[in-house]
Amino acid sequence: MAFLTLEDLRFTWGEWQLEVSATVAKGCCVALVGPSGAGKSTLLSLIAGFEAPDQGCIRIDGRDVTDQPPARRPVTMMFQEHNLFANLSLYENVALGCHPGLKLSLDDRQTVEAAFAATNLVGLEARLPADVSGGQRQRAALARCLCQQRPLLLLDEPFTSLEPALRQEMLQLVDRLRRAHDLTVIFVSHLPFEAARVADEVRFMHNGRVVEQGPCPAIMEQPETPELRDYLQYSG
Amino acid sequence: MDKSLATGTHRLSLRQQGPSLPLWSGVGAGIFLLALVGGTVTVLLARFGGDVSPVLTDPYLHAVIQFTLWQAFLSTALSVGLAIPVARAFARRHEFRGRRLLLSLMGLPVVTPVIVAVLGIVAVYGRNGLLNQLLQQAGLSFSFRLYGLSGILLAHVFFNLPLAVRLLLPAWDRIPAESWRLASTLGMSSRQLFRFLEWPALSAFVPGALAIVFLLCFSSFAVVLVLGGGPATTTVEVAIYQALRFDFEPGRAAVLALAQLALCSLIAITMARWLRAEPLTPGLRYSARYRPDCDNRAGRWLDRILIVTACGFVGLPVAAIVLAGLRGPLVAVTLDSALWFATGRSLAIALAAAMLALGLALALAVCARHLAVRLRQPARADLILVAGSLTLAVPPMVIGTGLFLVFLSVGRSGDLALVAIALVNAVMVLPYAVRGVAPVLIDSARQHERLCAQLGITGWQRFKRIDWPAIRRPTRFAAALAGALSFGDMGVAALFDTSGAITLPVMLYHRMAAYRFDQAAVTALLLVLLTVGVFLLIDRGLGQWRS
Repeated sequence: MAFLTLEDLRFTWGEWQLEVSATVAKGCCVALVGPSGAGKSTLLSLIAGFEAPDQGCIRIDGRDVTDQPPARRPVTMMFQEHNLFANLSLYENVALGCHPGLKLSLDDRQTVEAAFAATNLVGLEARLPADVSGGQRQRAALARCLCQQRPLLLLDEPFTSLEPALRQEMLQLVDRLRRAHDLTVIFVSHLPFEAARVADEVRFMHNGRVVEQGPCPAIMEQPETPELRDYLQYSG
Repeated sequence: MDKSLATGTHRLSLRQQGPSLPLWSGVGAGIFLLALVGGTVTVLLARFGGDVSPVLTDPYLHAVIQFTLWQAFLSTALSVGLAIPVARAFARRHEFRGRRLLLSLMGLPVVTPVIVAVLGIVAVYGRNGLLNQLLQQAGLSFSFRLYGLSGILLAHVFFNLPLAVRLLLPAWDRIPAESWRLASTLGMSSRQLFRFLEWPALSAFVPGALAIVFLLCFSSFAVVLVLGGGPATTTVEVAIYQALRFDFEPGRAAVLALAQLALCSLIAITMARWLRAEPLTPGLRYSARYRPDCDNRAGRWLDRILIVTACGFVGLPVAAIVLAGLRGPLVAVTLDSALWFATGRSLAIALAAAMLALGLALALAVCARHLAVRLRQPARADLILVAGSLTLAVPPMVIGTGLFLVFLSVGRSGDLALVAIALVNAVMVLPYAVRGVAPVLIDSARQHERLCAQLGITGWQRFKRIDWPAIRRPTRFAAALAGALSFGDMGVAALFDTSGAITLPVMLYHRMAAYRFDQAAVTALLLVLLTVGVFLLIDRGLGQWRS
């Protein structure tokens, strides 16, 4: 049974329109690829609840969440930058995932410590975001997502600005964590071949629609639509 | 080897080819300002004589300084403290019909002549004011004492609450959209948003707002002259005025002016770090579409109440003036030729002050640009810009006192008085002009320096084609603001009013002091309209001059 269902979802922005119907299975890792302006980030915003669709409905784990505010959805999200509050320590930033006012129970503290351990950040708890590297900042954001304990993780190009080796390492960390915590992951990427290495399947978006989808790595080797072929050709 | 030689000559040629005109213009302007301040201090010191001991033990001086500090402290705390929730309400309601209009209303007190606003405040909160009439009709008695500390605080909040709102509002622009989204997935409440997102952003802006408001309230003159003025509620500036105009004690005035100079310099130096705030900009932009606490019903009502109250507080006194003016003896007042002579003097002062301020600001800005970009000496460039803000540390009234003392010894003449008033007004508005123009000019130079050098665009051609288009908008705004401010200013002009050089704001004050409120209201209305007129005249006038 599908974990995430997007039913006839429509969203307009001036002339531009997004139209998507899709399902994602539980525990699956989906890479969302496509040119800029294809609607990848908008789709994530709709799922997270930052934007409201004009019509259609979003079901997560059998529950209709279309009218729910972001905090009530079983979803957590990471952005390309500004994932941490600059004035709070890494510990406080991560702990916000347990309680938005930082009132932590004993269990919460254990959860936070476990998240630091899982993301290899032990020892950096007291540092401010400005005093750690870009990769460590994104790992801390990931640790917070773990603390939120929500089954659907959305990643909006969080590793794009990191160097290639580090990017790979981060993707592998995400892969490990999603298996350990049974997470369903949807991530947007500009680098389809890199994404295909950790994703179970790829969805290719073009002009507000999912034009092609399929399991990795088959879809990358034998694209069917001319749009995806074009896109892959220029993506190295 | 070849290469390094080439770049060496390149830099050398850049240095030679840049005419030192920008450098000298800035140095000239700096010397002019320093001479004015230095001359003032010399004159004051000569009068003072140098015997410190009686000054230090003078109980009157102590009381005046104590009150000046106390009212400035209270005014600042109230203005900035209240501005935070009002600015937050404006930030949270980022799209409603009339938001821009209401924000422009918040800019109104900056250009409203102080003396007009004071009359407006009397018209609303005075014993026969609007508020009291309404309360009496409702059967309530009312005993708000407008004259004294409460009136001074009310007027200072009227001027500085909107200023602080405009100074603080850009803080919300600094919060990245991702933070709002993040906060909404974390389920933060309105209070938690303030704690984790808004306060950290605000804390970069609050000290600057506090410093500016404190300095403004510390050297406030017209407000205290009208609403305070008793021995218990006198600020240093008003004490200077009283010493010169009523007690004829130039020596005492000199002592007070030196005290004011020392205190303001001390405050300005202590707060220098925060006084480099953002320049006053004509417009405001802000959007936080993803703010999670926008739809909360209680919050929405709270914001509505805050915005309506703040706008009513700012708008009522101005509206009261317009109404009272229209109902007053329009014909009798406007047929009075003295009014038009005063208007003519004020216009001449405003235009002269605006042009002089603009000239000085451009000279300083061009020099700072030359230092910062061509000669790569940003520290010296900063120093030049500090010269432009000198009058924050040296209040206009202090310079005015120095000039007035010279004026007494030279012999009184109306023309000289006009020159003195225009001069003081020009340096009074100079900080606004420098802050408006210099950063934009330096930014533009950083962008185009290499391109201009490569194409050989230099000197006047460069100013006309490259620099002027970049700084035209801020320059227009700064000059228009300078003109409007000095047209409505009643600081130094009040000192010189016996020489026959009565300006329009001083005439208004005289009418208020004589309790001729109907005439005063008409004069005030005229003053407001003409202030807007001067603003538009300079703004449009400079707008005509395109390259």
